[in-house]
Amino acid sequence: MPREEPTTADTTAGAGADTTTVGTTAADTRDTTAAGAPDTTAADTAADTGADTPAGAASSPHRANWWRMLGRDRAAAVAAVVLSLVVLVALFGRLVIGDRAQRQDLDSSLRPPSLGDGVYGLFGTDVLGRSVLARLIDAAATTLSVAVPAVLCSLLIGSALGLWAGYHGGRRESLAMRVADVILSFPSLLIAVVVLYVFSPSALNLVLILAVARIPVYLRTARAEAAELRSRLFVDAARTFGTPSRSIIYRHILPIALPTLLTVAALDFCFVMLTESSLSFLGIGIQPPDVSWGLMVAQGRQYLQTAWWITVLPGLAIVFTTVSATVLAAWVRMATDPAQRWRLTLPTKRRGASAAVPPELIP
Amino acid sequence: MIPFLRKRMISSAIPLFCVVLGVFFLARMTGNPVDLYLPLSATAEQRAEFSAAQGFDLSIPAQLWNYLVDAAHLDFGTSLRTGQPATEMVLDAFPVTLQLAGVTMLLAITGALLVGSLAAYRPNSLVDRIASLLSMTAASIPDFWFAIMGVLVFGVSLGWLPTSGTLGGPEIWVLPVATLLIRPFGVLVQVVRGSMVTALSAPYVKIARSKGATPRRVIFGHALRNAVTPVLTVAGDLAVGLVNGAVIVETIFGWPGIGKLMIDSILQRDFAVLQAAVLLTAVTIFALNILVDVCHALTDPRVRLAVPA
Repeated sequence: MPREEPTTADTTAGAGADTTTVGTTAADTRDTTAAGAPDTTAADTAADTGADTPAGAASSPHRANWWRMLGRDRAAAVAAVVLSLVVLVALFGRLVIGDRAQRQDLDSSLRPPSLGDGVYGLFGTDVLGRSVLARLIDAAATTLSVAVPAVLCSLLIGSALGLWAGYHGGRRESLAMRVADVILSFPSLLIAVVVLYVFSPSALNLVLILAVARIPVYLRTARAEAAELRSRLFVDAARTFGTPSRSIIYRHILPIALPTLLTVAALDFCFVMLTESSLSFLGIGIQPPDVSWGLMVAQGRQYLQTAWWITVLPGLAIVFTTVSATVLAAWVRMATDPAQRWRLTLPTKRRGASAAVPPELIP
Repeated sequence: MIPFLRKRMISSAIPLFCVVLGVFFLARMTGNPVDLYLPLSATAEQRAEFSAAQGFDLSIPAQLWNYLVDAAHLDFGTSLRTGQPATEMVLDAFPVTLQLAGVTMLLAITGALLVGSLAAYRPNSLVDRIASLLSMTAASIPDFWFAIMGVLVFGVSLGWLPTSGTLGGPEIWVLPVATLLIRPFGVLVQVVRGSMVTALSAPYVKIARSKGATPRRVIFGHALRNAVTPVLTVAGDLAVGLVNGAVIVETIFGWPGIGKLMIDSILQRDFAVLQAAVLLTAVTIFALNILVDVCHALTDPRVRLAVPA
C-alpha cells in the first residue's frame, strides 16, 4: 500500500519548509517514490511498463498514456482546456481584434452585454464605448507577457542556483539560503511597491521585480532536492567516473528534480499573475493605454453601480485562469509522482477505495 | 528557550540590517535623492535648500552614517504631505493593520484546522473533494476583485454592509476581514489536509484507534498535534503575505492602516513616510518569524533539542 503524500499542500509547505522544520519534505517524497514504485506497476496493468523515470515519459506510448490520464480526470481536463484557450487568445487574439481594444465610440458608451450588438458587443462596452471583449483579449496578451517571462526567469535562475547550492553544500549552500531568506521574508507587493516608486512602472520592470521576488521559491525547492540526491548511489557512481559536477547536475539531478520544479512553477504562475493584477489595480503596474485584467477592474470600479460588467468580467477571467493553473498543477504533481500515478488511471469514484487512511481503519 | 531566542534574534538581525541598507541605497541608485523626497514641482532653490538641510551634499559614507544614526533614533524625517514626523504617522496607522491582520489570521487558522481535519479524515470522500476544490478556488481569487464584488453585492445591491470606512459597529469588519481571509484560509486548508492525511496514516494513530479512542480524540488529541508543524510554517509565511492583502483592503475600504499609508505616499511621492513604513513592516515581519520559531519549539520537542545551547 503506497503511503499517501500531501499533494498540493506539500508544494505550498515546501516553500516554507526550511531551517527549523524537522521532517524534510523532499527526502520524504523520495522514500515514498522508492517504496511505491513496485506497487505502481502492479496496480496499473494497462500501459505502465515500469520505466518510471521522467525521461521515459517522453517516449510515445507514455505520452498517449498521459493524454488518457488527463481525460480520466474531468477537473484537470477542463483546466487544461481553459488554459490552452487563454494561451491561444493571448497569442493570436490581437491579430483578430486589430485596434478594437482602443477604438472609442462615445455613442455606444456603457452598453450592457447583449447578443444583439455583434461579437464585440457580447460583453458590453466601457465608458468610452470600447468593446469589453476586445479589451479582455488584449489584456490577456499583456497579462501573460508579464507573467510568463517572470515565471520563466525565476524558474531558470532559481533552479540553477538552487541545484548548484544544494549539490555542493557547505558555505555556498548557506549563502544562497541566507539570500533567499531575506528576499522571501518580504511581501512581494512591498518589494514591488518600493522598487516601482524609485523606477518608473513599466512591463519590463514588473517582470524583473516579480522574477527577483520569486527566485527564492525555486531556489529552496531545487536546493532541497539536490541536497537529498547528491548522496544517492548513482550520483556517487557518476562522480567516481570523473564526471564534472556541471554534467552531474544537468544529467543526473535535474531530470529528477524537474517535475517538482515545474509543479511549483505552475502554482507560482498564479501567484505572479495575481501580484501583477494587484499592482495594476493599485495603479503602479501596467499603465494605460496598455491594458491588463487588473487594470480593467480598477478602471471599471467607479462605474460599479451602473455598469457591473466592466469590473466583473476581467475578474472572472483572472479567476478562471488561476484556478485552472492550480488544478492542473495538482494533477501534474500526482501524475509525475510514480507512487501516486496509478490513482489517475482509476475512475474518480473508485479512487476513494484506496485512500490514505486504509478502509479497515475507518470506524 | 533563552539561548534559542538569542540565537534567533542574532540571525534575523543581519537580514534586517540588509533591509535598512537596501532602502538607503535604493534611494540613491537613481541619482539624486532630492528628486525622490521633493514633489516634482519643487523649484531649484527649494532643491538646493533641501539638499543642504538634509545633508545630501555630504559624501556617501557620511550620509550613510547620518542615516543609520537617524534610523536608530526612529527619525525618518517629516512628511512632505502633512508636515508631521513620518514615524508618528506610521505608528498611528500601524495598530489598525495589526488588528485587521490579527483577527484574520486567528479566523483563518481556526477555520482551516477544522475544515482541513474534516477533509483529511476520509480522503477522496465528498467532503474532501468539496473542501479541496473550494480551498483551491479561494486561494486563486484576486483579493481586490473579491472585495469589489463584496461591495457590489452586500453594499450596493443588498445594502446590508457599509461599502467603506471605519465608523460603525461590528459590521464594518465583515468585508475587509472576509477579503483578507480568503487566500490564507484556502492555502491553510490544503496544508492542514495534506499534513493530516500523513499524520492519520502514521502507526501511532493505528495504536490509538486500536485502543478504542474516539474519532475526535484521534484527530485532535493525536494527529493534529503532530500535523501542526508545517501548518505553523505556512501560517507564518501567509501572515507575511497579509501585508499584500492589507494594501489592497485598506485602499478599497478606506481604512487608515499602514498599507493605505504606503500606497498614498507612493502616489504622492512622500519618500520619508514610505521609508518609515517599510522599515516598520520589516521589523514586524522579523518579529513574526521569531514568534513562529518559538511556536515550533513549543509544539515540537525535536526543534527545541536541535538548537545547541
